[in-house]
Amino acid sequence: MTDKQKTLQPISRGSPEKYTERMALEEGTIKSSSRRSFLSGAATAAAAATVASTTSALAAPLEVQPSSKSMGRTTVPTGYGMPSKYEADVTRNRTDIFVNKQNFSDWSMTPIQHQQGIVTPNGLMFERHHAGIPDIDPDTHDLVIHGMVRQPMKYSMSDLMRYPSVSRFHFMECSGNGLTDWLSVKSDTVQQTHGLLSCTQWTGVPVSWLLDEVGLEAGAKWLLFEGADGSAHARSIPLDKAMDDALLVFAAGGEMLRPENGYPLRGFMPGWEGNTSVKWLRRIKVSDQPWHLRSETARYTDPMPEGKWRQFSMEMECKSVITNPSGGMQLQGPGLYEIQGFAWSGRGKVSSVDITLDGGKSWRTADLEGPVMDRCLTRFRYRWNWDGGPAKIASRALDSTGYVQPTVAELASERAIVGFVQHHNGIFPWAVSASGEVTNAIA
Amino acid sequence: MQLHKIAIAGGLAFALSLGGALANSSKPAVSFGTPITEADVAAWDIDVQTPTGKGLPAGSGTAAQGKELFDAQCVACHGADAGGGSQYGSMVGGVGSFVTEKRRLTPGSMYPYAPILFDYIKRAMPMTAPQSLSNDEVYALTAYIYALNELVAEDAVLDAASLAAIEMPNRDGFIVDDRPDAAAVRCMDDCE
Repeated sequence: MTDKQKTLQPISRGSPEKYTERMALEEGTIKSSSRRSFLSGAATAAAAATVASTTSALAAPLEVQPSSKSMGRTTVPTGYGMPSKYEADVTRNRTDIFVNKQNFSDWSMTPIQHQQGIVTPNGLMFERHHAGIPDIDPDTHDLVIHGMVRQPMKYSMSDLMRYPSVSRFHFMECSGNGLTDWLSVKSDTVQQTHGLLSCTQWTGVPVSWLLDEVGLEAGAKWLLFEGADGSAHARSIPLDKAMDDALLVFAAGGEMLRPENGYPLRGFMPGWEGNTSVKWLRRIKVSDQPWHLRSETARYTDPMPEGKWRQFSMEMECKSVITNPSGGMQLQGPGLYEIQGFAWSGRGKVSSVDITLDGGKSWRTADLEGPVMDRCLTRFRYRWNWDGGPAKIASRALDSTGYVQPTVAELASERAIVGFVQHHNGIFPWAVSASGEVTNAIA
Repeated sequence: MQLHKIAIAGGLAFALSLGGALANSSKPAVSFGTPITEADVAAWDIDVQTPTGKGLPAGSGTAAQGKELFDAQCVACHGADAGGGSQYGSMVGGVGSFVTEKRRLTPGSMYPYAPILFDYIKRAMPMTAPQSLSNDEVYALTAYIYALNELVAEDAVLDAASLAAIEMPNRDGFIVDDRPDAAAVRCMDDCE
């Protein structure tokens, strides 16, 4: 144990000064994102190891905490509540695998290793923008539906919010989630490998209701959804999807959308890659054919063998990942650990999740934690008694269609893994060393 | 007696709520929007459909005009001759690279249909002032990029008809989603 670490022994969560000091020390030695309870950073783990070696000793007599002997902060007359200052390291982060030269067409990732339950807090929902985040006044925002319709219509936000609404829990995942880590290890944490993933309760109006209202002409088959941002981001959406379950969403997680998630209005395509849920939605145009836009030819397509590309691969296939323990974390010695993670499928419900502890040689079934919902994050749990030896842990999900989450090798046998490859739903292993260090083991 | 009443009331409420569930999940017989004419949507109606080129507006431009615009408004990010600049990589070449380990994606190598470039410039470029270019200017920039990619002659004039007529190298490069592809098996013991 270094001198630096020794100074960590008298940790007091009640003292901001000491806490700040402790965090500064941790950040100097380990990644801040790996701080959490039993799966804590190396420095804390070292401190805990000392504690563990003296577990038979009695705990010191308790003292009354400062918070019990003083008045707290006043109720703010008007304001928006924020997380505890002690949670300040739980943030969305840009990728640090490669440097984007500008931050307008950019993205940030959800710290899913810190997410409890299936609902992502709004301030942590992953982002992907193509020309920055517009701040749109809802009083000036309109949606137009036109093209192959009997009567083109314009809807103000107050028009749209007068309709009855529906609220549904669904995940949203970017097609590029995991694109840095197919054939070699690039990312350290699960936030970097799987953080283009969020889940919440979405509230809005079914697209089908408004299509009914404008009246579709015979032959109508595809819809253009277009945003009011500086990229006018757009996607072609099949009419079947729009009539089936697509929503015009104005709220998520109990409040109006955040600007970075499409305020005041976005499309929402349950189970489909995130960019089809067009943000800042201003226009739906009805046609008989898809558009073949840049965003569905040069981008968001999958390299295939023989120089080909797969197009309109919009459903997100069944996938899972262990979030605890995951890359950058540190186990504190042999004993009980609850393996936790998320499973999801764009085609239905998660039916099972299996866990391997030996790199895929044998598997056992994890518990799914309810509610298990259609195209929604499902949490799984598995109690693991770590013997202290090296291990390679991973999860494998199955969905209600019978689809089994494949390995990267199985995906690579069908697709071409070259460049920035989308739609990585491969089984994702983490290595646990004998010293308890958890690292990315994709290759 | 009191309990019995509550049970009846509860049952009634349950029955009503079931009926209500149906009535409250279907499309309401209302319309809160305002009719608008296609003519009044014109300023927003910027999309171009391919392969037909439907939506390409009137107007035209040449590569020479495009180069002038490019050097004034695009070169800072995309570099001289669209060869790659401070922000983005080259927009020239790449044809034939898709069968190698390094696929080079450019408008010339990637787009299956030529009007896709017009649509994208029109809706999103230049990044600092999107939707600021006239249709003639977008045709000119499109002509310039495709001339650099040797897909049109340097003196070509692009308009709706000539742009849609360009045969792109990657025209047959796409297959429509045919997943699920990887067929994994749920092995539990002695796997691999």
